[in-house]
Amino acid sequence: MSSAFSLRRLGALCLKESRQILRDPSSGVIAFALPLVLLVIFGYGISLDAKGVRLGVLDEDGGAEAASFTSRLSGSTAFEVVPAASRAELDALLQEGGVRGYVVVPQDFTRRVYSGCGEPARVQLVTDGAEPNTANFLNAYVSGAWLGWSEARARELGRVAPAYPEVLARHWFNPAAESRHYLIPGSIVIIMTVIGALLTSLVVAREWERGTMEALLASPVSRAEILLSKLLPYYALGMASMGLIVASAVFVMGVPFRGSLWVLFVVTTFFLLSVMGLGLLISSKLRDQFESAEIALNVAFLPAMILSGAFFEISAMPEALRALTYLLPPRYFVDALRTLFLAGDVWRVLLPNIAFLAGTSALFLTLVARATPRRLDG
Amino acid sequence: MSEPAVILEGVSKGFAGLSRPALTALSGRIQAGMISGVVGPDGAGKTTLLRLMAGLLKPDAGGVRVFGRDPAEEAGPLRMQVGYMPQKFALYEDLTVLENLALHADLRAVTGADRERAFARLLEFTDLNRFTRRMAGKLSGGMKQKLGLACSLLGRPRLLLLDEPGVGVDPISRRELWAMVQQLAREGIAVVWSTAYLEEAESCDEVLLLNEGRLLFDGKPGAFTARLGARSLHLRGLAGCRRRALRRVLKFPEVSDGVIQGRSVRVILREGAKAPDPAGVDDADGSPYWVPVEPRFEDAFIDLLGGGPGGGSRLAERMRARAPTGDTLIEAESLTKRFGDFAATDRVSFSVKQGEIFGLLGPNGAGKSTTFKMMCGLLTPTAGRARVMGLDLQRSAGRARQRLGYMAQKFSLYGNLSVRGNLEFFSGIYGLHGARQRAAIASMLEAFHLEPFLEVRTDSLSPGFKQRLALACAVMHEPDILFLDEPTSGVDPVTRREFWSHINGVVERGVTVMVTTHFMDEAEYCDRIGLVYRGRLVAMAPPDELKAAAATDARPDPTMEDAFIELIRRHDSP
Repeated sequence: MSSAFSLRRLGALCLKESRQILRDPSSGVIAFALPLVLLVIFGYGISLDAKGVRLGVLDEDGGAEAASFTSRLSGSTAFEVVPAASRAELDALLQEGGVRGYVVVPQDFTRRVYSGCGEPARVQLVTDGAEPNTANFLNAYVSGAWLGWSEARARELGRVAPAYPEVLARHWFNPAAESRHYLIPGSIVIIMTVIGALLTSLVVAREWERGTMEALLASPVSRAEILLSKLLPYYALGMASMGLIVASAVFVMGVPFRGSLWVLFVVTTFFLLSVMGLGLLISSKLRDQFESAEIALNVAFLPAMILSGAFFEISAMPEALRALTYLLPPRYFVDALRTLFLAGDVWRVLLPNIAFLAGTSALFLTLVARATPRRLDG
Repeated sequence: MSEPAVILEGVSKGFAGLSRPALTALSGRIQAGMISGVVGPDGAGKTTLLRLMAGLLKPDAGGVRVFGRDPAEEAGPLRMQVGYMPQKFALYEDLTVLENLALHADLRAVTGADRERAFARLLEFTDLNRFTRRMAGKLSGGMKQKLGLACSLLGRPRLLLLDEPGVGVDPISRRELWAMVQQLAREGIAVVWSTAYLEEAESCDEVLLLNEGRLLFDGKPGAFTARLGARSLHLRGLAGCRRRALRRVLKFPEVSDGVIQGRSVRVILREGAKAPDPAGVDDADGSPYWVPVEPRFEDAFIDLLGGGPGGGSRLAERMRARAPTGDTLIEAESLTKRFGDFAATDRVSFSVKQGEIFGLLGPNGAGKSTTFKMMCGLLTPTAGRARVMGLDLQRSAGRARQRLGYMAQKFSLYGNLSVRGNLEFFSGIYGLHGARQRAAIASMLEAFHLEPFLEVRTDSLSPGFKQRLALACAVMHEPDILFLDEPTSGVDPVTRREFWSHINGVVERGVTVMVTTHFMDEAEYCDRIGLVYRGRLVAMAPPDELKAAAATDARPDPTMEDAFIELIRRHDSP
């Protein structure tokens, strides 16, 4: 007699799955080599930091205060300052890509600095909106330079400087302003999505293609055993990969980790369960490796890459896309990871993210349990 | 008689998206202690029937009882009593032989001393003891099938369901498997063996014969062939062209079916008809005469379906005739292809003259397709040379291909294009334009009866029509040489005859044909056959000579399969 659930059968299936993982070079590549490659690329190769961006400067004022501010700009490694004599010259440079933006210090700048109250001193920043990332960074850096300078001048002149909290917040959790710190949590999301959704959907589809699933279904195994035998080994693989990434991020690349490990464990568990559920759902419907990979790429990997906020800022997205990101588990995982890495156990941020991920994992696993056939026709 | 293992009562099963149900109102019984054949061409409903008995599908109507239980609803208790071996081996190729066995043992609760005993018994039984540590993916087709059998035998099932165990297995291993299964049946197990090879049906104890989802016959295979009485005949003593002889014979109203068997033509007479006068059938000065022969299962099957399709070919009638030159058009010179340390084709040499049908015969995986692809310039040989019409395929494949027609083994048309779309595309890439293109398409539509399906998506055609369309696409540009890779696999016997009428017809027009097949009886149509076994060309001769060479005292008149086995045996132990 066969019972509904047997640890012996589950153990045998997990052993089989683990052997296949160990023998299949692609799972090792995805779980261990890919993360390291991504870490190196994101850690050292790609940088969203603006360094040596060509910035035009037009000093219409010509006074001492204007010179003091512009020297602050030219003193920054972020910019390579291109001085210009007229707006027309700057517009032309901007159009042909000679500069990514320019700063105009207006005629009355020095006068306004000394006049104190009433009319605050202003500078104008014009950026190349065709490259929003560069424009954003220019904006941030020029604002930062401006704030730093005006604060310092205000202190020297014994006045209170105007506050720009939004700009301050940008540098708060990433004081070194290093994009690496900001990108690595994002790349973890990509890797976990690939392991969770792509790998699981491929291995189940492979069983259908080779006919081994049919042989399993004709044996006394139960639905729960089949499901768990797919979830457990790949969960372990995902966690091992996670350990490797976090260790190399923190110890090799010097990314700070300010949260606690058990929270990281909980968050990662819920995220992995969500994407694995999605992967299993795909392959139980499609039963074909090629189609499964295609769909997994489109519904899991690409959204994780583009819409999670891992690399592209959600706040910069159009309204409709921004609304869409609220439906995606990766968004919450990115948010939680960034908080854990850069800020710490900030429960106000973490709790909603964890709650959502717990919800999606429950949802996907329920759907999978329903979609997993015990017969070939449902 | 004891209670049957399986009782089928008016079982019907359909699938969404298919025009006809996979099974319609099927009733029958499977008895313990014997081999029951579920026999029928591809698409007859065999796999559906086995899956219903395994509880993997639920019937739309009617009832399935296995040992008195409903397999779909009471799966739990039955799973331990039913062993099921799906098609396509269904093994974990990246696990070893022993690991595959261990997995199934655990799943079926065979543990402890029981397990040791079961493994010892099954490894001995399947002769896999030497290979326990080998990955299942590295086994030959025959060994894979034996391992699959061993896995399904764990837990000592009382009903064993084997879905096409003979596919992808060389004839020797197939006989070994059969002997094993016979022993299991003697031990009291109810064995169900499904097959598309009609000759396998003759060895079964009982047969359920299916066609297009309906039961045609249920009973002993001998009773089925006996219906034919003395209506199976050979026409022997032909001196001239046997293809023309076959076409003439098929024109007699008395003849319901005919095929070529070596130098002879095998016919079935219509019920109550007398054998017609064979004078005038031969186009040389032979003196043809009729010889009654043992009816085969396939004869009875075709007869039951109302006879074969006739011998004409509208395709050949529309082709221009090529003057016979006697030139050698296809030549392989110690052709070798290695994949890693595995030689898929090993020093194969042969040549084919204009107007000849040359067949490569061998089980799946023997290396036929690899050899074939090198001959069409689709694969680069590791060593040796392939020449077509004097052109070296490695240097001038493009020029050669314009004069070749190639029909791939797997369906290689665009499934999401209509029939018209595929015809237009393939005629276009072979350089047909304007009026010539339109004429070629029109003639293909007529020759292959494709007009009603002109705007139908190719995906939704039946297997037979897909194959017809594939052949049409390969011959539209009137090639001088036709390469046909398993053109009739997956096609019912009637359509297979129609195919051979076309092939025979175009060869008479001077076209040269090279064909591969794993149907032993089909090889009889060829002028010469090369037997391929594990990458080597084991023998090459006209079919009758091969059979004569393999004749022994015990078996004076061997079938093609007997000959194959005998020749391989001699090759292995010279």
